[in-house]
Amino acid sequence: MNINATLLAQTIMFALFVWFCMKFVWPPIMAALEQRKKQIAEGLANAEKAKLDLELAAKRSTEILREAKEKISEIVNNGEKRASEIIEAAKIQAKVEGDRIIAGAKAEIDQEVFRAKEQLRTQVSAIALAGASKILGREIDAKTHNDLLDKLVSEI
Amino acid sequence: MSSEAHTSAEYIKHHLQNLTYGHLQDGTWGIAHTPEEAKAMGFWALNLDTLFMSLLLGVVLMFVFRRAATSINTGAPNGLRNFCEWAVEFIDTSVRGSFSAKNDMVAPLALTIFFWVFAMNLMDLLPIDYVPLLMHELNVPFFKVVPSTDPNATFGMAIGVFLLVLYYSVKMKGVGGFVGELTLQPFGKWGMPVNLLLEGVNLIAKPISLALRLFGNMYAGEMIFILIALMGGTWAGMTLGSTTLYGSQIVLSLGWAIFHILIVTLQAFIFMTLTVVYMDMAHQEHH
Repeated sequence: MNINATLLAQTIMFALFVWFCMKFVWPPIMAALEQRKKQIAEGLANAEKAKLDLELAAKRSTEILREAKEKISEIVNNGEKRASEIIEAAKIQAKVEGDRIIAGAKAEIDQEVFRAKEQLRTQVSAIALAGASKILGREIDAKTHNDLLDKLVSEI
Repeated sequence: MSSEAHTSAEYIKHHLQNLTYGHLQDGTWGIAHTPEEAKAMGFWALNLDTLFMSLLLGVVLMFVFRRAATSINTGAPNGLRNFCEWAVEFIDTSVRGSFSAKNDMVAPLALTIFFWVFAMNLMDLLPIDYVPLLMHELNVPFFKVVPSTDPNATFGMAIGVFLLVLYYSVKMKGVGGFVGELTLQPFGKWGMPVNLLLEGVNLIAKPISLALRLFGNMYAGEMIFILIALMGGTWAGMTLGSTTLYGSQIVLSLGWAIFHILIVTLQAFIFMTLTVVYMDMAHQEHH
């Protein structure tokens, strides 16, 4: 337990360790800690910003959704209107077409009736002629009685 | 117990003797084999055990911290790096708390002091006989494993701190300012001799209190470990007395070791904090 030159050696050793620590240990660790602190601060700021962005995005998405819904209902409405229009138009067209067909058919029927009448008339005149000739006992000269016959035919 | 033949006094003496290398009385250089020989060597001798242990601990510490410093990055820390970062932050906070001037040296100084002193003190928790016994087998007569129980180590550091305090006092205040601080207060310029006496004592007390506080605490702690170890040393077979003493030794040394964990840390912290405070005072003009 004597004081001796160990004292000096210890002082020198102490100085060397302090120098080493000051030169090679403290600065890099401190720098890294500062750097990390900054990174964490940045990270937190970014997170805050991201949160804000998220809120904004959510707001925007609901907006878009609302607009889309409006558009959809508009489109559906338009479609319905258009469909009813088409149906109306089709109805009108069908009616027109139907009328036309009916008119055609009527005309044809009239024609048929007229033709049948004509035929009937000729046959009736022939029958009448034959009947009359039988009654009279002789042949009626068609030429002589043509006027008469025609008159008859037109009367039938 | 290093040997059956030792008496208690010899045992204590043996444990308190440093391994001293110096000029032997027969004219050669060598290791002292008795405390008397060591004493006769005078000032120009070296305590090899103190030097070796403090150098070893210091180098290991610096190596560990240097490794952490080179491998450090800004990602999540782990293991060793985590510990070193915690250490650096802890020291940084402590220094910021009591050192207000700007000096890039103080924090590394505090880091070195705290962990070096802590490591040296921690050697106190090694079982007290293991290292001397091992050294005995290696034909080394003495080996004190706790450097901070050697006043040379504590005074060595305290003198280092003292030189720094002087250097920064002069650097910050100028020679005139520093001398003025020593002579012109508290009683003004007519009380100069009294002022010098008071302030001189104040100044000299700094390194002495630093060194003696650490030395005293660790030396006393070591002493109590030795005394506790002596209890079982009186072993005389399976008698009631011997068994009780032996059991008490186990219980007491465990208790004292646990309590010593606190002292070891506290003394390192006090040494560091006082150093920082002294450095702060050196940087400040207090008027």
